[in-house]
Amino acid sequence: MDTSICAQTVYLTGPDGAEIEAYLARPQEQTARGGMVFIHHLPGYDRETKEFVRRAADAGYDAVCPNLYSRVGRDVAPDDAAAKVRADGGVRDEQVMGDVRAAVEHLRSLPTSNGKVAVIGHCSGGRQTFLAAATLPIDAAIVCYGGMIAGDGPPPQLPSMVPLVDRAGDVSCPVLGLFGNDDQFPTPAQVDEIDKALTDAGKVHEFHRYDGAGHAFFSPDRTAYRVEAALDGWERIWSFVGTHLKG
Amino acid sequence: MCTYVTETLPVTGSAKGPTGWIRVTDASVYYDHPVHATADHTLNIDLRRPADGPAARVGVELTAESARSLAESILRVLDEAARA
Repeated sequence: MDTSICAQTVYLTGPDGAEIEAYLARPQEQTARGGMVFIHHLPGYDRETKEFVRRAADAGYDAVCPNLYSRVGRDVAPDDAAAKVRADGGVRDEQVMGDVRAAVEHLRSLPTSNGKVAVIGHCSGGRQTFLAAATLPIDAAIVCYGGMIAGDGPPPQLPSMVPLVDRAGDVSCPVLGLFGNDDQFPTPAQVDEIDKALTDAGKVHEFHRYDGAGHAFFSPDRTAYRVEAALDGWERIWSFVGTHLKG
Repeated sequence: MCTYVTETLPVTGSAKGPTGWIRVTDASVYYDHPVHATADHTLNIDLRRPADGPAARVGVELTAESARSLAESILRVLDEAARA
């Protein structure tokens, strides 16, 4: 078995014609397989997210992360781009969904694609993943501690972060949710609300919640990292996509 | 948590970054995950000059305790200078 992977920068076209930089990692074996789109968190198109992309390729999937801040410019450091986007009030949901759609279509165009694609995101990317499940033709969605899916509304400085829980009825694919019980964005009560909305809408979903873990427990370079929650979470992810991205 | 709480304001002054001094015009203040500091959350300040592009920025990430100490120190110094 060839375990080598290739990671590279590719360029997609956004819904407005903008050039969207994306990080693509693929197994080198030419077998048919599913794909995974990673939506990066608010801090941007960073090394951590690219490591997640390579991890997915190592697990046997074609994986890509579009840089949602590409419009800030080429060769801008991810933290500088994130600072500008934050100061400008964030990115609009419609634009993000357009960029994610381009990434989904790119994965489906690959010669190794079996046609199945999952979307996964952490933090703000978790919220956008929930929206992708409700708006894009995808086969699975993995929401990792997505904030602002439920709640009272966006902070005034980031008006694009509107709650999405009332879109549960539009969800068109199975959803895996991974949350820390010490998190405040989302709170455990908000996770209950999301869970109930999906249940009431009759949507296939499974939520796993970890004691002793808060926000960003998947992030190995942060003090928030919780190894037991992260490793169990990764196992849940591979089991979930193994089921729903099967060709 | 990921608070998303952000304030932006105009500022007048200069800040020194890796490429030299920048005449800053804008600041962002937020409490969120740091890029570099080893804490779950930090008080982050970006002193920026957007007219010169996104890299014209000096970023600071401080623990909540040290950010409060700094803010109190700034106000004390300004108050003392006003009395002088």
